[in-house]
Amino acid sequence: MVDNRPDIRPSIRTARARVSGLGAAHHGTREWWMHRVTAVANVPLVLAFVVIVALMAGRPYPEAVALVSHPLVAILLILGVLSVTNHMRMGLQIVIEDYVHDKGLRIAAVIANNFYCVVVAVACLYAIVRVSLRALA
Amino acid sequence: MADTARPTNPAGRPVVRPLSPHLQIYRWTWTMAMSVAHRITGVALYGGTALLALWLVALAAGPGAYGPVAWFFGSFLGRLILFVYSWILLHHMLGGIRHLVWDFGHGMEPGTRIAMARFTLIGSTALTVLVWLVALVAR
Repeated sequence: MVDNRPDIRPSIRTARARVSGLGAAHHGTREWWMHRVTAVANVPLVLAFVVIVALMAGRPYPEAVALVSHPLVAILLILGVLSVTNHMRMGLQIVIEDYVHDKGLRIAAVIANNFYCVVVAVACLYAIVRVSLRALA
Repeated sequence: MADTARPTNPAGRPVVRPLSPHLQIYRWTWTMAMSVAHRITGVALYGGTALLALWLVALAAGPGAYGPVAWFFGSFLGRLILFVYSWILLHHMLGGIRHLVWDFGHGMEPGTRIAMARFTLIGSTALTVLVWLVALVAR
């Protein structure tokens, strides 16, 4: 739904200033939109992830390594980790901003959220790449 | 500076003003319950990704580290966690698709939106059971 109604309120701001300002947060609806984009990407990637985990369960170590080092599996896992960790970073930031009212605590919580998501992402990516490349060595 | 002292009653105690009503005042509806569930499942999945990282890092570290982790996820508690985790994941996914449909302005009619919220719960439960049945049969 696109709101095309013209803004008829009188203003001394120029049209240029109105569009370049992008509102109080100065980045418009980019974060909201990226949350949706990652949500759409998550659907097929999460379904693939569920299938991969179901195939992995109960397998001995060499077979588990062979499965994760398959290029298709490794690429799907890497894409999934990138999309999911970004999606959850934005999602939890919304939760924090809704419920943590103290400004200092809120800033600390948002920073901690970013750190957690990056640590999870890097740990997963490092592990996938390491398992995949060891098959070549 | 303006007078910012809190108003007090004749006994000197601060006047407790009524706040705007919160969740507990409203009758629970499907859309409200599923909206709350969407947020709770999202936060649960957020914490659950640590388990995914643990599993993958153990796989990269070698058989010595992978053994105990694989044993844990194969145990009753581990399987229970995986089952609940998969249900939460699929619930959040279906809830997300519902919100995407609403973002585009469709399905906002009273009957439709309640049916969609109800389907999130029914669909996620059915899908989770189906995934686990397929996984067990294919074993």
